Amino acid sequence: MDSDHSPVNPVTEAPGAAATNGGVRVDRADRMVIRFAGDSGDGMQLAGNRFTDAAAIFGNDLATLPTFPAEIRAPAGTLPGVSSFQIQIADWDILTPGDRPGVLVAMNPAALKVHLKDLRDGGVLIINKEAFDERNLYKAGFESNPVEDGTLSGYDLHAVPMQTLTKAAVKGTGVSGRAVLRSKNFLALGLILWMFGRDTKVTEAWVAKKFAKLEAVKNANLAALKAGYNYGITTGSFARQIEVSPADLPPGTYTNVNGNAALSWGLIAGAQLAGLPLFYASYPITPASEILHELVRHRNFGVKTFQAEDEIAAAGAALGAAFAGSLSVTGTSGPGLSLKGETISLALMTELPMVIVDVQRGGPSTGLPTKPEQSDLFLAVWGRHGESPLPVLAASSPSDAFEVAIEACRLALKYMTPVILLSDGYIATGSEPWRLPDMDALPDLAAPLASGPNAGDRFLPYLRDIETMARPWAIPGIPGLEHRVGGLEKEEVTGNVSYDPANHQLMTDVRAWKIANIANDIPDVEVDDPDGADLLVLSWGSTFSAVRAGVGNARNQGVSVAYARIRYLSPFPANMATVLSSYRQVLVPELNMGQLSRMIKAEFVTPVLSVNKVEGQPFTATEIADEIMKVMGQ
Amino acid sequence: MTSYARVDFQTDQEVRWCPGCGDYTILASVQNFMANAGIEREKVVFVSGIGCAARFPYYMNVYGMHGIHGRAPAIATGVAITNPDLSVWVVGGDGDLLSIGGNHLIHAIRRNLDLTILLFNNQIYGLTKGQYSPTSEPGKATKSSPAGSIDHAFNPVSLALGAEASFVARTLDMDRKHTTAILQAAHEHRGSAVIEIYQNCNVFNDKAFIQLTGKTERYANRIDLVHGAPIIFGAQKEKAVVWAGGRAEIVDRAAVNPSDIIVHDAHAPDASAAFALSRLSHGPYGPTPIGIFRSVRRPVYDKVLDEEVAMSKAARGDGDLKALVTSLGTWTVD
Ligand SMILES: Cc1ncc(C[n+]2csc(CCOP(=O)(O)OP(=O)(O)O)c2C)c(N)n1
Ligand code: SF4
Ligand SMILES: [Mg+2]
Repeated sequence: MDSDHSPVNPVTEAPGAAATNGGVRVDRADRMVIRFAGDSGDGMQLAGNRFTDAAAIFGNDLATLPTFPAEIRAPAGTLPGVSSFQIQIADWDILTPGDRPGVLVAMNPAALKVHLKDLRDGGVLIINKEAFDERNLYKAGFESNPVEDGTLSGYDLHAVPMQTLTKAAVKGTGVSGRAVLRSKNFLALGLILWMFGRDTKVTEAWVAKKFAKLEAVKNANLAALKAGYNYGITTGSFARQIEVSPADLPPGTYTNVNGNAALSWGLIAGAQLAGLPLFYASYPITPASEILHELVRHRNFGVKTFQAEDEIAAAGAALGAAFAGSLSVTGTSGPGLSLKGETISLALMTELPMVIVDVQRGGPSTGLPTKPEQSDLFLAVWGRHGESPLPVLAASSPSDAFEVAIEACRLALKYMTPVILLSDGYIATGSEPWRLPDMDALPDLAAPLASGPNAGDRFLPYLRDIETMARPWAIPGIPGLEHRVGGLEKEEVTGNVSYDPANHQLMTDVRAWKIANIANDIPDVEVDDPDGADLLVLSWGSTFSAVRAGVGNARNQGVSVAYARIRYLSPFPANMATVLSSYRQVLVPELNMGQLSRMIKAEFVTPVLSVNKVEGQPFTATEIADEIMKVMGQ
Repeated sequence: MTSYARVDFQTDQEVRWCPGCGDYTILASVQNFMANAGIEREKVVFVSGIGCAARFPYYMNVYGMHGIHGRAPAIATGVAITNPDLSVWVVGGDGDLLSIGGNHLIHAIRRNLDLTILLFNNQIYGLTKGQYSPTSEPGKATKSSPAGSIDHAFNPVSLALGAEASFVARTLDMDRKHTTAILQAAHEHRGSAVIEIYQNCNVFNDKAFIQLTGKTERYANRIDLVHGAPIIFGAQKEKAVVWAGGRAEIVDRAAVNPSDIIVHDAHAPDASAAFALSRLSHGPYGPTPIGIFRSVRRPVYDKVLDEEVAMSKAARGDGDLKALVTSLGTWTVD
C-alpha cells in the first residue's frame, strides 16, 4: 500500500499492465507521487496547483504537500531558495501526499540537489537542461555536472532544453525580455500533463481566466503549455506515459480545497448557522494569513475582517466584538498565540464566546515559519495564567478543518467560552478532494442570548443555565440589560466584583466544571479495530493521514493494530479512559517531543509509547509503519 | 427619547477611589453629561484597561467592560467596528494608555474609529501605588525612581496629533463646566476623539496640576483655546501667543501688533498649528493650553467598513454557503 515496502517497479509503483499509445509505452499505476521543484521564482507552486486541479477533475484521489522557503526572495539558484510542490494521485482513497516521488521535475541544479535523494530508484527525472550551467552548479554546490558525470544514471532522465523551447513557443505573443522565460513552468506542466495522459483544457481555461487582463502573458503561458505537451508527443526521448485511473471515491460532489480555505468557510458557515455576524481579527503571520485573505473576500456574508496592529490587539478586538454580539474569531500561529494569552484569560473570566485559531508552525520563537509542527498543544491547553481551562480542538486534514471550525463555533457559543482550534502548516497549505457535505443538514448553532431581564425586572449577567452552566449573553443596545463585565473575579449570579475567598473557589470550580462537562456533549473516540488488536495507534491533528496510511500498511504486512484519531484535546471525549484501558500498548506519533503523550500519561495514568519528530515535515506512512512493526517486534 | 437624571447613570456599586481623588469629579461630569446629552443608555459602552481610572465602567450604568492593562483601545475597536451605532468610550490612565497600551492608542487614533477616549493623566501609576509614569516629569522621585526619574515624558496632545488624530482636547478634572463642554464636542465628533484630562491623584502625586488649578496660579497659566478667538491669557489678558520662526511663542500682548496674535483654528486641515500649540507646554508646569486643539473630519473606519459590507451585498447578493463551497469548481462522482 502506501509505503516503500511494497515491491516497486521504479515508476509504476504498483505494476500494472503496459499498453502502447502510438508507439509510446503506457504503464498503468494505482498511484503516483510527482514533485515539482525549482527556484522560488520558477512558479513551481503554480504548476503543482494546476496539475492538482487537472488530476482532481479527472477523478483521481489526491493529496498535496507544498513546501516553501522561509525567505520570500532567497538568492536565486541557491539551496535555501528552492520551492517544491508534491502531489500524490491515485485510483483509490489515498491519505498522504506520498513518501518518495516517482517523478521529479527539477528546474535547476539547486532543486536537484535538494530533492534527488528522495526520488525512487529508476524514477522519472525531468530537468531543465539549460539551467545546469557553471554558475548554477556552483551555487548548488555541485563539483561537476550531474547530468554528464553519471550521477543520474540510475534514473529515467530527460534533460529538456526548457529555455529554448519556451523562447520559441512564446515568440510573437508580445512578451519580451525577462518575462519570456517566466512561462517555462507552463512548459514543464504541459509535459507532465502529457505524461499522465491529461489534456490541457482545464489548465487552459484557468489561464484564460487568470490572465484575462494580461493578453500577452495569457498567450505566452498558453503557448508554453501547448509546447510542453507537444514536446511529449513528438520527442522520441519520452518512451512512456503513466496512466492513473480515476479513483473509486464515494458518490457525491467534490471540490479540491486547502485547509486555510476550508477553515475560513467553516467559520462563515458557523456564523450563518448561528445567525450572527462573523468578525475576524488577525495580524499577518505565516501560515495563518490566508485565512484573513480568504475571509476578506466574503464581505457579502456580512463578514467583517480587521487587520490589527499586533496579535494582542487582534485578540482584544475579537473580544470586544464578542461582547458586542458577533461570532468572533482571531487567528494566528504560535508566536501570536503567546501574545493572545492574557486576552484569552479575560475572555474566560468574562465568559464570552470566541474562537482562537492557531495554525501551528515549527517553534520556539520564529522557528521554522513555513513548516508544520504540533508543538503548541501545551500552550493551547495550559498556556495561560491562573486556572484557565478551555476547549481545544484540532483539525486533522484540509477538509476536516471545515467541520472542526463549525464545531469550535458551536462550543464557544453554547458554553460562552473561548475555544482554541489547532491547525498546522501542513493542513493549511495542503489540499485534498473534499466531498461536500449537505449544506442543508448542518447543525443549527445557538447561544444563550438574553432578550430581557432574567430575575424579576433585573438582569443578572452570571445567572447560569443549569444544564450548560453558560451565562446569558446580553448584547449592547437592549434596554434594561446594561451590565458590566471585567477581569476582576465575579460574584456568582450578580457578576459584581467580588474578592470573597469562597466565591473565588466556587467560580474557579464552576468554570472548570463547565468545560469538563463538554466531554458529555462531544462524540466518543471511534476506534478502528477490525480484529481485536493489542496495540492502539492514536493520532491528533495532521498526523492523521500518515498514521492511518501507516496503520493500513502494517495491516497489509499481517500485523493486527487498532487506530483512532482525537479531535477533542481538552476536554477529552468521555470514553477516552475506556479506550485506552482496552489496549495493552498505546502508540502516539506527534510532530512534537511528546505533548499529547504526556497529557495522556498525566490524565489517565497509563503508559504511552511516543513517536516524535520535529523536522519540519509531516510523518511519512513508512515511518509510522516502521514504528508499529518495531513495537510488534517484527 | 428617554429623559435621564444623573442617578440613572449611577450603579449600585460602591465607588472605591481614595477620598479626594480627581476621578470622582470626572465621574460626576461624565454622568451629568450623559444624563443631559440625550444619549440612550443602552447604546453606550464603556471599555477600560487597568488602573484606578480604569475602574470607571463599574460605576457607569451602561454596558461596560473592565479589560486588561493597556488593551482598552483594542477591545473598544472590536465593539465599534461591529456595532457602529453604539456610543463607545474608552477610559484609561496615563500608564494604561501611554505605556503598556501606547501601541493600541496610536492605532485606534490613526484609524479614526468612532471612539471617545478619556485619558486620565495623573502623571503617576496610582493603582500600583506610586511609580513614575510616561507623563511624569524628568527628575520625579518615586518609589521606583528614588533618585529622580531619568525618563523623558510624553506630551499626550502632541502624541495624539502625531498619530493623525482628528479630534484632540485637554481639560481639567476640577473644571466641570469645561470638561462638560469638551465631552459634548467630543461626543458630536465622528471619529476618534482624544481627551487628555488632567486628574489629581491626591495620594501619590498631589497638586501636580496646581499651576492650572491653584486660585492664583491658574490665572497666570491657563491658556484657553477657543476656536476663532485670538489666543490671549493671563489675569489681565496681558499675554498672547504669536508665531515666531515656525514655533508658537508666548509674548506680552502689549509688545505685539494685535493682528499678529494667533487666532485659533481648530478646524485647520493641517495639524501643524495645533502641534505647535501643543508644544507651548511640556506638562502643567507653566502656561498650558486647555481646550480643543484640533477637530477635523475624515473618514471613520467603522462607517467605511460598514459601507464596504453593504456594497458587497448589493453587488453580489447575500452570501450563499452552497455557492461558496463550490466556488473553486467541483466534479461529481456517481
Ligand atoms: C499586564 C499587567 N501588567 C501590570 C499590571 C499592574 N498595573 C495595574 S495598573 C498599573 C498602572 C496604573 O497606572 P495608570 O494607568 O496611570 O492608572 P492610574 O492608576 O494612575 O489611574 C499597573 C502597572 C497589570 N494589571 N497588568
Ligand atoms: S491612588 Fe490616586 S488615582 Fe488612585 S484612587 Fe487614589 S487618589 Fe485616585
Ligand atoms: Mg496614572
